[in-house]
Amino acid sequence: MALSEGLFWAIFVTLLKIAVVLGIVLLHAAYTVYAERKIIGRMQARLGPMEVGPYGLLQPIADLVKLLFKEDIIPQEAHKVIFQMAPLLVLVFAITNLSVIPFHPSFSIADVNLGVLVILAFAGLGTYGIILAGYSSGSKYSLLGGLRSAAQILSYEIPLGLSLAGVILYAESFRLQDIVASQANSLFGMNVIPQILGFIVFLICAFAETNRAPFDLPEAESELVAGYITEYSGFRMGIFFLGEYISMYVMALLISLCYFGGWTLPIWLTTLLPFIKVIPPTLILILKVYFFIFLFIWVRATFPRYRFDQLMSISWKVLIPLALLNFLWIAFLKWRMLT
Amino acid sequence: MKKEEPGVLMPEKKSIYKEITYSFEDPFFSPFEIQMGPQHPSTHGVLKLRLILEGEKIVDLEPVVGFLHRGVEKLAENMNYAQVLPLTDRLDYISAMNNNTGYALVVERLLGIEPPPRGKYLRSMVCELARIASHLLWLATHALDIGAMTVFLYCFREREMILNFFEKICGARLTVSYPRIGGVRLDVEESVLEEIYNFIPYMYEKIEEYEGLLSENRIWLDRTKGVGVITGEEALAYGLTGPSLRGSGIPYDVRKHFPYDAYPEVEFEVPVGKNGDTYDRYWVRLQEMRQSLRIVKQCIEKMPEGPVCAELSPDLDMPLYKRAYRAEAFGESTLIAFLNEGAQIVPKGELYSAVEGAKGELGFYLVSDGSGKPYRLHIRAPSFIHISALKKLSQGHFLADLVAIIGTLDIVMGECDR
Repeated sequence: MALSEGLFWAIFVTLLKIAVVLGIVLLHAAYTVYAERKIIGRMQARLGPMEVGPYGLLQPIADLVKLLFKEDIIPQEAHKVIFQMAPLLVLVFAITNLSVIPFHPSFSIADVNLGVLVILAFAGLGTYGIILAGYSSGSKYSLLGGLRSAAQILSYEIPLGLSLAGVILYAESFRLQDIVASQANSLFGMNVIPQILGFIVFLICAFAETNRAPFDLPEAESELVAGYITEYSGFRMGIFFLGEYISMYVMALLISLCYFGGWTLPIWLTTLLPFIKVIPPTLILILKVYFFIFLFIWVRATFPRYRFDQLMSISWKVLIPLALLNFLWIAFLKWRMLT
Repeated sequence: MKKEEPGVLMPEKKSIYKEITYSFEDPFFSPFEIQMGPQHPSTHGVLKLRLILEGEKIVDLEPVVGFLHRGVEKLAENMNYAQVLPLTDRLDYISAMNNNTGYALVVERLLGIEPPPRGKYLRSMVCELARIASHLLWLATHALDIGAMTVFLYCFREREMILNFFEKICGARLTVSYPRIGGVRLDVEESVLEEIYNFIPYMYEKIEEYEGLLSENRIWLDRTKGVGVITGEEALAYGLTGPSLRGSGIPYDVRKHFPYDAYPEVEFEVPVGKNGDTYDRYWVRLQEMRQSLRIVKQCIEKMPEGPVCAELSPDLDMPLYKRAYRAEAFGESTLIAFLNEGAQIVPKGELYSAVEGAKGELGFYLVSDGSGKPYRLHIRAPSFIHISALKKLSQGHFLADLVAIIGTLDIVMGECDR
């Protein structure tokens, strides 16, 4: 069956887009590891990687080569199929999120009407990878890590969704392009100003969602050795890290798009400083994303780790009421604006 | 995969459940046994804990020690008194100065030697510096266990400076053997004393910095307050000493109650906590670092002139080595003759003497039969006694709290296993 010319080009363009996005994001993920080590090193009065290349710039490549050549150990007690599949689940679901994220008003791999919901769904599914990794490793530390991850996801999906509900209500759409457009047209210019509560809740949940400090309980190295990754070695372990860093980017993108106006700048800022209009939209988005990645790293260097019962109680007792309050306030705001 | 062969009975697995007194009738009780350590990132060396968990809750706990046993006490029985000293470096290797002082003190008391004043002051000064270094390492690892990574490296930065001072004082950084029987090994140069003096205000600033990172941090407070509570009476009953006891509100400090060296002549306070939880012990140790700085400052200010080591003939300290080296020239028989000379001066007797180590009361119980070698040397290692309180402290807590509790007791396995 011959493809019609239109369909062929559509597939070709999509594949090209996927290649571009994947290439950029994977490179970013590798160099975020480098940036993290450098930034945390700087914060901790040390140098970070310095040996490989100038200022250690080739360190990610060296790490990659090292991981590729390491022995791939599958423990005797492990459930082999699940053990091998789990890291892929984490990576695949993290990457799938990227497909619905717009990087430019006219550039996204798939323009989905329910973009926000798709991201929430895949972010939730990514946890399966961790739970299965913990379950299949045949190690008690891994099992505890996996169970912690399950408890964490149960508590944090709800406030995450609830805080986004405010954004969706405000934009009257699930489509990320519409959410950005609604912010650009609004008085505040950014969702973060009317929805500061929602933003805080979302930010905290984003940390929990990506298993980053102070909520890195599933891999808490001081208690669980390395949590669910204890038994993994070589590139399988590398894939877990890759998944974690990509989901960090997804969350940073989501925060930038939903709360900070994405590629737009607020009108009050452009009238105040007219020259910043020349910055291309994608660069604006990228700078915002970089800031949040920096925030992720900064927080990791600063805060101790929460205990897992404390983490759950914060979620249920503090974050969910706050997210609901934010939702009510946005509903009220919307009602005032409409009448 | 391990496969059970048909027809062959597997040997019965020795279970520790049998010895434990909780109800197995409870249908929802599903115990989960974990061997935590000896290779585990936060058991501070080679401590092994057999844990029984229910979910993440600790049901039962049994510490297994002895992985670092080197037989220090037995080795000491085959050495003369001066030779034992370097062994004590390897007890609590983080604050070796305190161990050396403790051992030197017990031999001095046995022999009736009184170190010269400068020796006493130098000894107190290095002991307090070692205490700061030890508390810094404790804070670093404790914070790392709870997840605060940056404090770890900040503490090591300052500890490095103290170790550099030790290097300038005696040439060694960790296993110093600087305090000797009858004083200290070498005099300290004025320039080094000045450097240490200038270090004091810097260190005060840095303690503020740690407090800024931890004491005002909501997560730190949540993780430490109300965790590992032990009352004063219970702490005494378990034999806790040092900051772990003072955190429970009992102001017992060997430096105050049984003063030695220069401590009667310097002013310092004994900080005590109230609640006996992890946070109070953390607070006590931070305050102790400040008090130690005060003592170091006073020691340098009041430092008298004069010799640093008691001159006794035949001396058990530095001159011994000098003569031993000389003996090489004269032949081995002279050396043996000299080493036996020690036997002439050591009286028979038993005695216990303690110093305030960084971890707690570090005691040496010495039995002398007058032969020039200790008949028996028992070391009261605070870490060993503190480990026994681990079960009490972690009752009803979570696995995540356990690492905080191990951290708060400040355990060094080198001292525990000896």
